[in-house]
This record gives sequence, structure tokens and C-alpha cells, in this order.
Amino acid sequence: MSVKTRAIRKIDAVKVPSDDKRWLIVAAAMRKHGSAQSALIETLHSVQSSFGYLDDIALAFVAHSLRIPLSKVYGVATFYSHFRLKPQGKHNCVICMGTACYIKGSVKLLQKVDQKYGLKVGNTTSDNQFSLLEARCLGACGIAPAGIFDGRVLGNLSPALVESQLDSWLKESTANETKSPS
Amino acid sequence: MIDRKITQQISSAEDLAKVAAEQLEWQAQYQHRVFVCMGTACQSVQSGAVLAALQTEIKNKGRENECLVSPGGCQGNCASAPLVSVPEQDLLYQTVQPADVEEIVDALAGKPVSRLLCDNKGDFFSKQNRVVTNHRGLLNPESIEDYIAAGGFRALLKALAEFSPDNVVQELQKSGLRGRGGAGYPTGLKWSTVAKARAEQKYVICNADEGDPGAFMNRSVLEDYPFRVLEGMAIAAYAVGASKGYVYVRAEYPLAVERVTKAIRSAEKHGLLGNKIGSMSLDFHVEIRLGAGAFVCGEETALISSIEGGKGLPCPRPPYPAESGLWGMPTLINNVETFANVVPIITNGAEWYATIGTPRSKGTKTFALSGRIINTGLVEVPLGTSLRQMIFDIGGGVPDGHKFKAVQTGGPAGGCIPEEHLDATIDYETLMELGSFMGSGGMIVMDDSSCMVDVAKFFMQFCAAESCGKCVPCRVGTAHMHDMLDRITKGEGTMEELGQLESLCDVVKFTSLCGLGQGAPNPVLSTLRFFKSEYLAHIVEHTCPAGVCAPIGQDIRRPTCALSP
Ligand SMILES: Cc1cc2nc3c(=O)[nH]c(=O)nc-3n(C[C@H](O)[C@H](O)[C@H](O)COP(=O)(O)O)c2cc1C
Ligand code: SF4
Ligand code: SF4
Ligand code: FES
Ligand code: FES
Repeated sequence: MSVKTRAIRKIDAVKVPSDDKRWLIVAAAMRKHGSAQSALIETLHSVQSSFGYLDDIALAFVAHSLRIPLSKVYGVATFYSHFRLKPQGKHNCVICMGTACYIKGSVKLLQKVDQKYGLKVGNTTSDNQFSLLEARCLGACGIAPAGIFDGRVLGNLSPALVESQLDSWLKESTANETKSPS
Repeated sequence: MIDRKITQQISSAEDLAKVAAEQLEWQAQYQHRVFVCMGTACQSVQSGAVLAALQTEIKNKGRENECLVSPGGCQGNCASAPLVSVPEQDLLYQTVQPADVEEIVDALAGKPVSRLLCDNKGDFFSKQNRVVTNHRGLLNPESIEDYIAAGGFRALLKALAEFSPDNVVQELQKSGLRGRGGAGYPTGLKWSTVAKARAEQKYVICNADEGDPGAFMNRSVLEDYPFRVLEGMAIAAYAVGASKGYVYVRAEYPLAVERVTKAIRSAEKHGLLGNKIGSMSLDFHVEIRLGAGAFVCGEETALISSIEGGKGLPCPRPPYPAESGLWGMPTLINNVETFANVVPIITNGAEWYATIGTPRSKGTKTFALSGRIINTGLVEVPLGTSLRQMIFDIGGGVPDGHKFKAVQTGGPAGGCIPEEHLDATIDYETLMELGSFMGSGGMIVMDDSSCMVDVAKFFMQFCAAESCGKCVPCRVGTAHMHDMLDRITKGEGTMEELGQLESLCDVVKFTSLCGLGQGAPNPVLSTLRFFKSEYLAHIVEHTCPAGVCAPIGQDIRRPTCALSP
């Protein structure tokens, strides 16, 4: 984003919460829509894509900047399932639970994750390694059951495939840990 | 990437014809053309790497002046991804890996690589009739030049130059096109209502929320034909007198979002969207809006309040959006596929379009075939095709020696159609009579390994979770129905409760505010109608014939105490 810091600060009456550069992206998204109240959802999208989730500071900042009551901002943020109010794990696993995937056994995939990692939908492992989410339909029903692993759509999943993907994330993190002290 | 880019503004039909001719000439200098599918399914198995490898291979062989590799669209049979097609040889290669590209390049103009061949003459392809997806993946979805060369934007400029707005509406009415978003409302009629409304500002909205699980036709059409959808919207804007448009796409479709965003920009750059389109009187600006994961936002009034920045809560109709929609202004809202149909109708004429389909359901419809079926993927057939042709000829039937049980159409508001009705035709009325629904075009095939009570419970869980909560019958009713179904699957249901379930279905169906609640009982009602014996097996014998709620032959009731068997 090639927005000039100073320019934004001047235009927006509301000061960004911190020096974090990502707020400039959020501010730019609001300005693009003339800071209109109707830009709320677009703005929340930009917060989530920049920060990964919406925290209280972000909600308050957006409410203030767009002159919308915080209660309404909170209402909208919780109405839409895409918005997340909790921080997510380092990696992200989304399993589709749409009809085509359900018929092709996506329940077994979730069962596997629960069994092996003790992780239920909507939660993150205690070491923050990965989060498990479910989706309604990824539009990849032709290759059901499907999932998204860190933004990459994978199809024809089996419990073993999911397991190996998740294990590779874990392995990568233990490898990093052993590396870091040296 | 080797691509030809034009810079000029297009301000007349002559300009357009010139650009098309130049692009065709440019394409013709390549002896060989290869398309790599860059749809969602193919990209998920690295078709991007195949595309890059092909380009490198051709360069390494010094053949870049005779071979052109382009990204293409979905071929339909996504299960065999990644797919590569060589149109001049009429070949389709499946499950192509980067390691295969050398052979493919060597085989251009020679003997095909037989181990990769996909049967593109079989029933899956030959029994389709493609109007909306007529390029069969052989069109670079991101190139406005290629779209123009393939006849793109001709319909728009023709409409602007030769038709009055009224004529366009009449043409649509004559074509018999009905809304592809589910309910099948006559498109021409809707357009004429918006056209007649008096207001300073009107809007055109493209509904690309495609929330039905198991449906991905709209995603495919947006990904492969973003320009055509925009062109259809612009024709609509001209017909109804709108100057601003929105494409409301669900956030789960990042590729579609990207392609539409780029398409808007490039159409604007060349004067085919924006002010004075084609140097004529039409001003039409389009913006994209992202959904945020609420199924109910596919409902038109909810979608409108979502664009306005609020929660997606439906409003009672009337007033319909055609009279009072976005910001209280007359608003035309149509599905992606509805808009995509406008272009061939204007190009080829309403009479031509009306020859396809049945007397009351004209044209073709795209469907997403999935579930327990051999050929999964995207297909397009004339309305009036029978379910049997669809599932057994095109779809190739049920795999692994299992037995067909039901096909589910219409998403969470639809129903399950059993074997004995497979000869029914696919059209709005027939599906409705069978207790199902056209919906947006998802078709999920189920075999003897699916329990119909469990399926009904699955949909009810979906509706209960997606109910916006605004009205009581849906908010409370769906949760309660889900509870009852859950009890039945656990062997705790009684015959008395089954009666209560049926009457609750009635209440919810007839008293809910919007289509979500009104349609929610349908999966229960249709499975009760055609698969009552499965309900009875759960309630009376405490068994699940499909072995889903408990292994076959076992009691589905949970042991009440850890020590009991
Ligand atoms: C719960 C619910 C979800 C809907 N989802 C969609 C959808 O995803 N896409 C769509 O085009 N129409 C959807 N509709 C239908 C729209 O309300 C509207 O009728 C349609 O967009 C009109 O376009 P058409 O006339 O071209 O079909 C939905 C309706 C309901 C009640
Ligand atoms: S009566 Fe109950 S359900 Fe209805 S609006 Fe009031 S609180 Fe909500
Ligand atoms: S029927 Fe359901 S989704 Fe529709 S308005 Fe009522 S509660 Fe909301
Ligand atoms: S149902 Fe899972 S991708 Fe569509
Ligand atoms: S996405 Fe490539 S064939 Fe469908």
C-alpha cells in the first residue's frame, strides 16, 4: 500500500490506535468509501485481512471513525460468521461441511482432528499452532470433500491426508523451535 | 505471460469490430493453442504450475512464435483436474502434472499423449447444451481482448444503438427467461417493473452470494465469464434506467472476486463501463461488495441491507426491491446466471432462445453435480432434461456398485427426489410438484450409504444456524425441528412426535418472513413423503437402514449407562 502516512492522519479526524502500519490500510479502505456508514462491512473486511481478527480496539476505532454506535458495529461483526473476534492460530484449517462434502464424509475429517489433536471446530490448539474452522461450501464440490489449508484449497480429502497436512505444520514448528535458541 | 493488450477506447461498434478482428488475427498467427484450466478446482491441484511449465517448455524449445498457451476456464469435469485442452486437435488432457508438459508440447500436431487423454466425446460432454458456458473453457477469463474477439460487448453496443430500453425489456419478455437464482420469476417482467418506476436513481445488483451448499455454478460463471456478467448488467442498466451497479459476491470465492474486480477495471479502461459507454448515452458504474458468510444474505432484501452496511436481515415484501430497494430506490436484482443469459439473448434474438427448453421453462440451466456420482462437475443442459439423463447419462451413475437413492436439488429449501421420479423433467414447475425446488442449481446425488433422516437433520441444522432470528417461526421452529430430528436419529422419537414434526413444518413454512424459513421444512417434508419407511425404522425398530446413525443392524439408542451393553 503506497499511502502516505501524513496525508491520512490529516484527513481522518480519528487517530489510528497505534503506529502499526496496518491501520493505514484500514483507514484507506474507509476513505475509499468516503468514510460512509455503509462502508462498515468493507472496513471490517480490511481489518480482518490485515490483522487476522477483530479485537475490541479495532471495533472501537471503526465505530468512531465511521460515526456508528459501537453496539451496531459489534452487532454486524457478530452477525456475519466470516468475522472472527478471537485471534487465530498460526495456521488455519477450514473443513467444508456443505452438503456435497457432508455426503462424501467430511464429518470423518473433523472426527479425526478431534481424536488426534483434541481440537473442535472454532478452536485453536493451546500452543496457537493452528485453528480449525468449518465452511458452508467452498464451491469446490466437484472435488469434495474439500478444505482450505492456509488459503490453499485442497480436494478429495481423507482423514489421513488432513492428518499429514496438520502434522507437517507441527513438524515445521518444532523444527523452528529447535532452531531458534542457537 | 504472453498476452496482447490493447490500450484504445472503444467508442463504437466499428471500434469493437476492429479490435476483435485484430485480436483474431493475432491469435491466428499461432499454429497451436493450448488452454490450461485456471478454475478453482484445477488451481487447487496446481494447474498454475502446469501453465508455467508449458510456457517454459515452449520457450525452451524455441516455439513461442507458433504455440500460445493461455489460461482457460472450467471444463466442467473438475474431478479430473488439472485439465489442459488443445482445441485444434479437439483433445482434453486430464490430471496433468508439470512433468507431463514436454510430452504434451511434443505431441502438438502429432500423436496425442494417450495416457493423459480424457474422453471428451463421451456423454458427459455430448449431452450438454452450453449457452451460458459456451466457450467450454477455451477463453482466457482475464483478457478483455479475447472476450471481444469471441464476440463480447457486441450485444451491449447493439442494444445501445439499435434498441430502445423498452425494446430490450420486450426482448427479454419474449425470450421467456426466468430468474436463475431459485424462484424463477420472469426476468422481463421484473425488468419492466423497475423500468416503469420513477426515481432519480436506480440500481442494478448482481446476486453472486451463492450460499446453497453444494452449488458452485455461479462461482464458475463469474470466474470464467466475468465480462459477460458485467455486459449483461450493463444491458440491464440501459433497459431499466440505472446508472450504478453492485456485484455482491461471497467472500469464500476469492478467485471470482479477483476476476470480477479486474474485469470491472479493464472494461472501464476501454470505455465499456463508466461514463458514456460506447460514446452513447449510458452511464453505468459497477462496484463489488463482499459477503461475509451469512447464507440469508442471498435473500434479496437481506442482501440490500448488507450492501447498506448493516446486518443481513430480510424485510417483509412488498415493497419489492423493484419499487423500493437499495437506499429506498428502485433496484433490479438478478442472479449471476440470469445476467449471463442476457448476452446470448440479445445477440441471437429472443426467438432463438425460446426454442430451447420447455414451454414454461425456457433456455438452459447450469448445474453442479456432486455427491455420490461418477462424473462430478459443472454441466449445462436445456431445461426439460430428465433427472435420469442428468444423473445416469451425463453423471455416469453411482460409483462403487452402490445403489442410487435420491437426488437433492434446491439447497436447504429443496427436497430429495427418489428413484421412481427420475424420469421427471428438470423445470421449475415439475421440481416444485415433487416437493423440491430448482434453487440455484446444486444437484447432490445420494446412494444407499446416506440416511435420509440424517440428511434432513443436516439441512435443518444448516437452517437453524443460518436463521437470522428476526422472526419467531423460523428462529424457534428450525431449532425445535432440529431437536426432534436429532431425537429420531438417536432412537428417542415417538410416532406422536413425528406428527408434531409434520405440523410444525406447516407452521414454519407458512408463517416465516422470508424464503429461508419458508423453505426450511422442505427437506423434512420431502423425505417424509418419499422415505417415510426410514423414519419409521428409526422410531419403531430403532435401527438406521443406511448404517449412518449406528452400524447396520445395531440399535441406534445410546446406552443410558456406561455399563449397559
Ligand atoms: C435464504 C435465501 C437465499 C438465497 N440465496 C440466493 C443466492 O445465493 N443467489 C441468488 O441469486 N438468489 C438467491 N436467493 C433468491 C433471491 O432472493 C432473489 O430472488 C434472486 O436473486 C433474484 O434473481 P433472479 O430473478 O435472477 O433469480 C435466495 C433467497 C433466499 C430466500
Ligand atoms: S418479542 Fe422477543 S423475539 Fe420479538 S423482537 Fe421482542 S425480544 Fe425479539
Ligand atoms: S425466516 Fe428466518 S431467516 Fe428469514 S427473516 Fe425469519 S428468522 Fe430471518
Ligand atoms: S459442499 Fe463442500 S465445497 Fe461445496
Ligand atoms: S476448475 Fe478446472 S475443470 Fe473445473
